[in-house]
Amino acid sequence: MSLLTVEHLTIRFGGLVAIDDVSFAAEDRRITAIIGPNGAGKTTVFNCLTGFYKPDVGRMCVAADGQEWLLERMEGFRIARDAGIARTFQNIRLFPKMTVLENLLVAQHKALQRASMFSLAGLVGAKSFRLAEQAAIERARGWLERCKLVHVADDEAGSLPYGAQRRLEIARAMCTGPRILCLDEPAAGLNPAESAELAALVRSVRDEEKIAVLLIEHDMSVVMEISDQIIVLDHGRKIAQGRPDEIRANPDVIRAYLGTDEEAVAAP
Amino acid sequence: MGQVKPAEAFREAALAALIALLLAIPLVGFRLVDGLRGLSIETRFDWVAWGVSAVFFGRLAIALSGTRRRLLPDLKSVGAALSNLPGGLSRFAGGAMLVGALLLPLVPFADRYVVEIAITVLIYVMLGWGLNIVVGLAGLLDLGYVAFYAVGAYSYALLSINFGWSFWLCLPVAGLLAAAFGVMLGFPVLRLRGDYLAIVTLGFGEMIRIILLNWKDFSGGPNGISSIPRPDFFGFPFARTAEDGQTTFHQLFGLEFSPMHRIVFLYYLILILAMLTNLFTLRMRRLPLGRAWEALREDEIACRALGINPTMIKLSAFALGAMFGGFAGAFFATRQGFISPESFSFIESAVILAIVVLGGMGSQIGVVIAAAFLILVPEFLRDFSQYRMVLFGMAMVLIMLWRPQGLVAHRSPSARLGGRA
Amino acid sequence: MEYLVQQLINGLTLGAIYGLIAIGYTMVYGIIGMINFAHGEVYMIGAFISIIAFTILGPFGFASPIVAIIIVLAVALIFTSVYGWAIERIAYRPLRGSFRLAPLISAIGVSIFLQNYVHMLQGAKMKPIQPVVRGGFVLAQEGTFVVQITYLQIGIIVATVALMAGFTYLIQRTSLGRAQRACEQDRKMAALLGVDVDRTISLTFVMGAALAAVAGLIFTLYYGAVDFFIGFLAGLKAFTAAVLGGIGSLPGAMLGGLLIGLIEAFWSAYFPIAYKDVAVFGILVVVLIFRPTGLLGRPDIEKV
Repeated sequence: MSLLTVEHLTIRFGGLVAIDDVSFAAEDRRITAIIGPNGAGKTTVFNCLTGFYKPDVGRMCVAADGQEWLLERMEGFRIARDAGIARTFQNIRLFPKMTVLENLLVAQHKALQRASMFSLAGLVGAKSFRLAEQAAIERARGWLERCKLVHVADDEAGSLPYGAQRRLEIARAMCTGPRILCLDEPAAGLNPAESAELAALVRSVRDEEKIAVLLIEHDMSVVMEISDQIIVLDHGRKIAQGRPDEIRANPDVIRAYLGTDEEAVAAP
Repeated sequence: MGQVKPAEAFREAALAALIALLLAIPLVGFRLVDGLRGLSIETRFDWVAWGVSAVFFGRLAIALSGTRRRLLPDLKSVGAALSNLPGGLSRFAGGAMLVGALLLPLVPFADRYVVEIAITVLIYVMLGWGLNIVVGLAGLLDLGYVAFYAVGAYSYALLSINFGWSFWLCLPVAGLLAAAFGVMLGFPVLRLRGDYLAIVTLGFGEMIRIILLNWKDFSGGPNGISSIPRPDFFGFPFARTAEDGQTTFHQLFGLEFSPMHRIVFLYYLILILAMLTNLFTLRMRRLPLGRAWEALREDEIACRALGINPTMIKLSAFALGAMFGGFAGAFFATRQGFISPESFSFIESAVILAIVVLGGMGSQIGVVIAAAFLILVPEFLRDFSQYRMVLFGMAMVLIMLWRPQGLVAHRSPSARLGGRA
Repeated sequence: MEYLVQQLINGLTLGAIYGLIAIGYTMVYGIIGMINFAHGEVYMIGAFISIIAFTILGPFGFASPIVAIIIVLAVALIFTSVYGWAIERIAYRPLRGSFRLAPLISAIGVSIFLQNYVHMLQGAKMKPIQPVVRGGFVLAQEGTFVVQITYLQIGIIVATVALMAGFTYLIQRTSLGRAQRACEQDRKMAALLGVDVDRTISLTFVMGAALAAVAGLIFTLYYGAVDFFIGFLAGLKAFTAAVLGGIGSLPGAMLGGLLIGLIEAFWSAYFPIAYKDVAVFGILVVVLIFRPTGLLGRPDIEKV
């Protein structure tokens, strides 16, 4: 069984069918890209997966460590906490007045809260908590290094440049120790050099952590370069699925999604 | 900034005067007088004339000198200096304040009046710090904080009168009861968006007050509860003469009896309670729960995506904030010896909230400065008691206009990569 | 049964007052997202200006109560609107765009100021006036109990309905209303498209104040006595009404006002009157638990 199985996912907003009977699966150590024109329902899929929307029909199941979680039945924070789905947002949602390091510590809330015994051990300054906090800071440091953010660790998150904020959001999601990482347009607004760096980061996450990456992205150079599997949505329906070379050659995709603009595919 | 043309200045001043005239005519110009045969009218057009000309010339002077634009930035830079106090300096200021507070009853000019006022200020500091957890850290707008203060006060009053419980036993109970009320109120309403929460908490505060006012068998109604036991020094009463088998405080230490003993004791008691609140908050900020409060204030959706349960986090802030309100209430009851619903009206909630916001949301030292200011200013205006609240309201507006982000807007991080913050 | 009808009439009258004040809250909240805490005091000022105007007119004799009421209405509308305008200009506009709680604290300051300003100028005592409009229709009679709808009550309900209709027209059909709705949706965009945002917001406050003045006049006529403290509780309940109906929604504000008026009237009739305000807030909490955006409020879909 796959790590993440989505079957017959359907959601309507009023009369509009935003997602229409979409099924797919995602595996460990694989990058699954979801692409499609604006309004195809990509972010809506993420919002269903992470519990912000409840689908009208469908089953979303995470299976790992001999356990199964049915996402459509869980509250949003439980999906993140128990099923282990972390995400980033299209319009970056950091804690802007808190420092970069604090952002990463908040992400490790579950472990730290337990170590602090719901604050009791923390209030008396117990050693076990201090050790846990040290470990959390080290873990955060590790991610800061990978995301090239160590030098700004004590700055306010809101004061970082745009590209750094994008990377910080990924670092923060990774600090939750997820099984599945959902990235919503991580390269949006980045320049080509930054995009390339980001692609390398995402690939290193796939290669070094045992997690599945779901990626929504408009930058085809990034998508085609790093994806193992691509799912194409159009008007809420899945119109194609396959490896990048298959998608690139798929006539349906070219017709429905790329239209005449074939450069975007040909470029990489 | 170019020179202001006199004609322009004149026009602005005339406009301001016109508005002032329209505002003043109905309420200043005419006064309703109760007579034997109903209402009659008395005119006070001289007042209107004075007021309007003051506005006219004041506005004209400001416009001509062109200082309006310069004055504000000047004040702003003073404020900026205040808020950009580096962490070390603000800690130094905090330490100095604490030492000052510890020594206050010992300095020569600290007579009964001074210490009593200091106690009042400290009560508000403590309430401000308690509410700061809810509003400043967790970002939940609570307009009914006074309800928890009332719960604490009535808990102590009723438990000590009806069951003879001592202050030290009642204090934690009062805090816990207030926290329980916080949870009871919070559970259904914390899902609501910020401003809905504000009105519900405000309504809750009023409900508690109305119930206290009307449930006479329980709370004594509008007459309140009097002869609430005063605190003793761990079993030794502050009395001139001891009852049978008891030792009074002054006998214990071989001192001359003085009514000041009790007041000074109360002063240190509230100082300790307030400092406990402060230490608790400072400590909590470095714990995962405290960080989650701040994260929730910044972005609730991001919190959910990180696996944080917003309801529990909010509830904990609400309950802990309420608990400190309860402690303060118990102290208030034992200090006054008399409580009535009048002490727990909305205006109290508003003042406490104003202390938190004026201080700079989340800033502990800002709360102290704001509390001192908001309590001492009306105190100094005692001789003008008629205008006191008018000036108080005006001051609230002016401070907000001057520094919308509060007096001390500096936030020190709860952890640093290079070691402890 | 007769008693029930009488309470219905009383409740509707009270509800009309709350509804008119609630519109002021809801409009301001809709357009700048702040709780205008001082709005209750604006209503109180409207009531004071009305009673002062009536007292001034008194010696000239009421040729016809209707003429007197129209003159007083005009006076109250004008002067109260100036208060509404000045409050926004002095205490809120400089804080626009700053931190969320700053205008709220400023509003609380304005509220404290206005309450004590009127207290200082006019004294603390309740000011009673002679009834201006007398008489009414007897709808039913049972023994000594008479169900009556007074001319005043009819006037109040008719005036409120007319105001509501005119207001709905104003918001939906006129360019001012359009500007207002545009500012609600996106102030920056509206400004870019040439809407004078400052002016639109000022006018919103003026309209809110004008409606509060009408409510104040109605209060003066109906209860015949005014003091400086009436604004607080009425403001609180009107805001509750706005939230109950769904804040930002004009029909919601009216509906909420009517509901609260009715709840109060019926609670006072059958239960201990002292707890009527507790009942009002209790119902607010219950409604919000089941419909977090109020009765007619649009459920807000979270933008993620």
